[in-house]
Amino acid sequence: MSEAATAKRIADPGLDQSIEKLTPDRIEATILRVINQENSARLKTFVDTCVHCALCSEACHYFMSYDRNPRYAPVGKVKNTLWEMIRCKGKVSKEFIRDAAQIAYTECNLCKRCVHFCPFGIDTAYLMTIVRRICHLLGVTPQYLQDTSHSHSATFNQMWVKDDEWMDTLQWQEEEARDEFPGLRIPLDKEGADIMYSVIAPEPKFRAQLIYQAAAIFHEAGSDWTMPASPGWDNSDMAMFSGDAEMMGRLKRKHFDTARRLRVKKIVMGECGHAYRSVYDMGNRWLGYKEMPIPIIHAIQFYCELLRAGKIKVGSKIKELCTFHDPCNTVRGMGLHEMGREVARAFCPNMVEMHPNREHNYCCCAGGGVINCGPPHKMTRVHGNSIKAEQLKATGAKIVIAPCHNCHGGLEDIIHHYKLDMKLMFLGDIIFEHMQKPGAVE
Amino acid sequence: MMDTSNWDWEKGVKVISKINDCDAETEWLTEPYASPDGEKVAVLAKTEEGFDVCVNAKAWGQTFDNAWYPRFSPDGRLTCVASTDMEWTLAVDGEPWPETYGYIWNTMFSEKGDVIAAAIQQDGTYGMAINGEQVGELYETASEFTLSADGKRTAAVVQVQSMDAADIFTFQQGCYSVAVDGQAWDIKVVNAWTPTFSPDGSRVAAQMRSSLYDYTIIVDGTPWSKNFAMVWDPCFNPKTGTVVAPVRMAGKWGMAENEQVIWDPVYFQLWEQKFSPDGNNLYAICAPQYGRWTVVHNNNTWNVLVNTMLTDLTVSPDGQRAAAAAKEKDKWTIMADDALWPQWYDMVWTPVFSPDSKHIATKVEKPGKKLTVAIDGKHYKEDFTHCWEPVFSPDSQKVLIRGVQGGKFKRIVAKVNEF
Repeated sequence: MSEAATAKRIADPGLDQSIEKLTPDRIEATILRVINQENSARLKTFVDTCVHCALCSEACHYFMSYDRNPRYAPVGKVKNTLWEMIRCKGKVSKEFIRDAAQIAYTECNLCKRCVHFCPFGIDTAYLMTIVRRICHLLGVTPQYLQDTSHSHSATFNQMWVKDDEWMDTLQWQEEEARDEFPGLRIPLDKEGADIMYSVIAPEPKFRAQLIYQAAAIFHEAGSDWTMPASPGWDNSDMAMFSGDAEMMGRLKRKHFDTARRLRVKKIVMGECGHAYRSVYDMGNRWLGYKEMPIPIIHAIQFYCELLRAGKIKVGSKIKELCTFHDPCNTVRGMGLHEMGREVARAFCPNMVEMHPNREHNYCCCAGGGVINCGPPHKMTRVHGNSIKAEQLKATGAKIVIAPCHNCHGGLEDIIHHYKLDMKLMFLGDIIFEHMQKPGAVE
Repeated sequence: MMDTSNWDWEKGVKVISKINDCDAETEWLTEPYASPDGEKVAVLAKTEEGFDVCVNAKAWGQTFDNAWYPRFSPDGRLTCVASTDMEWTLAVDGEPWPETYGYIWNTMFSEKGDVIAAAIQQDGTYGMAINGEQVGELYETASEFTLSADGKRTAAVVQVQSMDAADIFTFQQGCYSVAVDGQAWDIKVVNAWTPTFSPDGSRVAAQMRSSLYDYTIIVDGTPWSKNFAMVWDPCFNPKTGTVVAPVRMAGKWGMAENEQVIWDPVYFQLWEQKFSPDGNNLYAICAPQYGRWTVVHNNNTWNVLVNTMLTDLTVSPDGQRAAAAAKEKDKWTIMADDALWPQWYDMVWTPVFSPDSKHIATKVEKPGKKLTVAIDGKHYKEDFTHCWEPVFSPDSQKVLIRGVQGGKFKRIVAKVNEF
């Protein structure tokens, strides 16, 4: 292990205490299992193809923000983790595993920006996911991330929200919203609706007003929609990021089964990026679905379709200068960057682009489960994204629109730490505040 | 089993009620629900003061701060979750249970409908109630609530060990168990899911996670001795009492019976297994190839495959047939007896076999949100704006259609050969 790779060890019980239980045999067997039995051609192709050119380096916000420290170059992260595991045929120390876990879980957002800079298109995020899988099977995972994964397994949501708390929150928001929209209902468990609206657990836990806003938008658009009264309402997936593929599959089965039970035509999900990745790319495939069993569209697409169809109309416009942050999973993952801009521009005539943008936009540094690794690792990611602060500051914008929960978490920390005079908004915030509301009372 | 023998099976159409009529002053009416026998339709009614429930245009006359989840029991009683002054209870035919709770939800019925159960939360503790009476102890958390077929017994996953926020190490030692009749098994597990009763209600099996990586089945508190990479919901053989469950080994799925693998792990996916009533036939949904779905019967896969989704597997009463809802791209049909119905719909519901096993019926949705009932691949001549699952007559010659048409709730008894 190089000095650079061990220089920034951060105390984390999930990493420090867990490695004490490891034995050389278990480490070796786990690494060989994952490399030889769970991965094959794709891994071999990437490992054999990489020529160590390091052109991926400048793709990484950590590398750029940490004075081009090679530890943070994508190739550096692979070199200090997976390559060594392969080279040693699994014979690495528990201290090595500890450091590999810190790199894979807290110093890589799995944002896939580096894929665009690699001459061969090597997917470092995929390689870091393999490292995470190994660490999960060894029980070496950051405490807070593991806690959310436990929550998924016990409650099928990431925030330990109990069944009654979920329904009570929806009914509370419905009651609140009915003061403004007298006929509004949040249809709970309405079988045969066109749409199941699913959110991530932080919405009922911390941001219940987003459910109010979404209900208002559905109501004003005249949508036939429902929300489930049973687990499966949370589309988020920290098990995907901890490396617990089995729990990821169980979560996604619950999600799809809930939508299937309600006989909806499609699932519309709120403004979250990683949940989108979990349903269209990872969890669905683990279950054996080559095609999406029930179509899932992100809020960006849903809002765009509502606007294009004239189901919601612009009532007023934002005067301040706005900019648009492209979440990795909706943009590099699914190409929703133009749709996002279309919605934003409808309400924000004064838009300025960050540079670079779209599929080359820098990650918020919260995604990939990194923000879920909790307070011990907060400053690593905040300092690891000074380039984002520069990018934001250069726009001169007063409002940053970010249609992703993790991006909000990450960007809030960046804005606060670097003292940027900016306000963060979801697309739903903007639409709710500025759409025409013929169904509302004064 | 729901007793349909005393229902009105006279062929013909009865208009039961106008959906938007209510003898109370209402702001709006929503979400109609039909009784199993089609003699009643319930509608939630928003009044100026709160919520009421309207049955065949007659209001209960009870005003609740909130009311939702109206559901008819198989014996025709209407239940509704309702709250007054922040206290929740279950109202049955307009009469609230005497006990109130911090919250109540997940209404369940025995097969005959004589028993009504629900999940309850009281002072931050969780459990179940049957016919208004709390069952056994309440727990720090409880979920996955289950009622036996005869309604006499309950089961749920419960938390039996407290832990602090983010205490990942205590969690991994096992904090959960299964409570049967409100009493937890002695064993603590990392996770348990889907407790299920044997058909006679005497035994309980559940999925279990013994460590973050080891899954198995637990029966009456005793885990199978073998662990697997993953398991899905167990079920009991009604004839032998053995427990079967899909198990994952070396990246593929097979079927285990009492922990012995009986179907080799060759499937990309395997779930929703169901026995015939005589226990001799075991069906399941499987993916013999990645992303391609069919039915497997006693480990022999059907030939017809769909690409998108196969679900709601149903076995005929004689055990010789099975059917499931099949999806290809955005269209649905029924897969039955190794063939697909020729008609494709915007949506289909769970297939229903006639008592003589000769016919399959299902609720279907045609383009334009037109709902109706289809039997053996042919749909009924009329469409509805709301429709409920079909019910066959005891002699299998007729089918009950319940639908809303032109704002009127109709009860239609049609002959099977009319389709």
